[in-house]
Amino acid sequence: MEGPDIISITEISKDELKNLFNDTKKIKEELRHERALNYLEGYVMATAFFEPSTRTKLSFQVAMLKMGGSFIDLPPYEASSRAKGENFADTIRMLDSYADVIVIRHRLEGAARFAAEIAESPVINGGDGTRDHPTQAMIDLYTIFEEKTKLEGLSVGVLGDLKYGRAAKSFTLGISKFEPRIIYLISPPQLAPLDDLKEELDKMNTDYEEVSDLRDVIGELEVLYVTRIQKERFPDPLEYERVKGSYRVDLDLLSEAKDDLMILHPLPRVDELSLEVDNTHYAKYFTQASNGVPVRMALLKRVLKG
Amino acid sequence: MGKELRVSKIGNGTVVDHITAGRALYVLKILGITGREGRIVAIVMNVESRKIGKKDIVKVEGLRLRKEQVDKIALIAPHSTINIIEQFEVIEKYRVKVPKVLEGLIKCINPSCITNQPREPIKPVFTLYNENPLIFKCKYCGAKVEQEEIIRQLIGE
Repeated sequence: MEGPDIISITEISKDELKNLFNDTKKIKEELRHERALNYLEGYVMATAFFEPSTRTKLSFQVAMLKMGGSFIDLPPYEASSRAKGENFADTIRMLDSYADVIVIRHRLEGAARFAAEIAESPVINGGDGTRDHPTQAMIDLYTIFEEKTKLEGLSVGVLGDLKYGRAAKSFTLGISKFEPRIIYLISPPQLAPLDDLKEELDKMNTDYEEVSDLRDVIGELEVLYVTRIQKERFPDPLEYERVKGSYRVDLDLLSEAKDDLMILHPLPRVDELSLEVDNTHYAKYFTQASNGVPVRMALLKRVLKG
Repeated sequence: MGKELRVSKIGNGTVVDHITAGRALYVLKILGITGREGRIVAIVMNVESRKIGKKDIVKVEGLRLRKEQVDKIALIAPHSTINIIEQFEVIEKYRVKVPKVLEGLIKCINPSCITNQPREPIKPVFTLYNENPLIFKCKYCGAKVEQEEIIRQLIGE
């Protein structure tokens, strides 16, 4: 990987991703025989989550424990020195002196890159601002790789908040490295992707099309990546009620799907993905969620030991 | 006067030529010239130019430009040429070059960018994204800043 820091999926090459996925596969195999591994014995990871998170933080912590390492966690605001007015840079410096790797989540764009400049230890971006969530994208891609045994040349739909959603954007940029046949960007006009994302796709020569109704393309897709349609982004709740039908994945819609379609969702979900889909062979989002730990185990090993 | 040059030569100093028409006053502002310094200053605006159609020219007696000033001129008038004059002769002439990286010159326009946080030891850094039209990209948040905004910030209007 380009230096030890993991800041954006755009900075990680296709080959590096493939190596990571092969490592993940091996780790999963090893975990079938062992409860925990000891590759990172003696290493300490710091989780510094300045914004709420359940899955990302817990799976990083479990990943570190299962690799034989340990972790420290930045206490919530009220209980930490930040309540006394400590700035971000000083907090990072402190964590840097205690830990061998820092995983960070922050509301502000560029916080992870700034932390990486300050810290000598490697920094992993656990999601910052509205664009980058590289480790989520790694998990998404690994799940496809595991299910389909390939990542290249797929017909992919990305559904949901393509304007502010960092998981959807990071996934789109990640899968673009594997020359997809086409990516359909499916979102209500309020949450349509900004020019930035489209320019990056153009730069990568990715074929993509913006679509406003999932029904128009469902029959073509091999991968459907669903993200939350954030109700709070709609100024008028009535407007949300009006459009939500076009972005809801349910059995009725899936009657038109190809047999080898797989559905991913970074979770948590709300109304966009019906519970009745859970029991179909399309649903791969729980597998995806369970891949969070082994992918992060492999990543921590690569970052700390090369 | 007809087509003759309207301003006489300067003895020692700097001539900024081929300034994008209408931006000479911005150049003066960047050079910190108010007119009260006592230097001889000549401004020519909107004259014909074979190279760029219409142009402005600024001549300042007794002034040498600093690198930072040249960079700023490149940002507001990328075709400008700098002539250094000694004893009424041009001893050096070069075209300004748009810097590839802007460090600490302008602020990021994205309020959610880490560089806009108070009390953090961080300087905004931008890398050149496109030369024509001029666009820079924030190293931290990826926000794009266009020339109009850069001029607004540099000139303080």
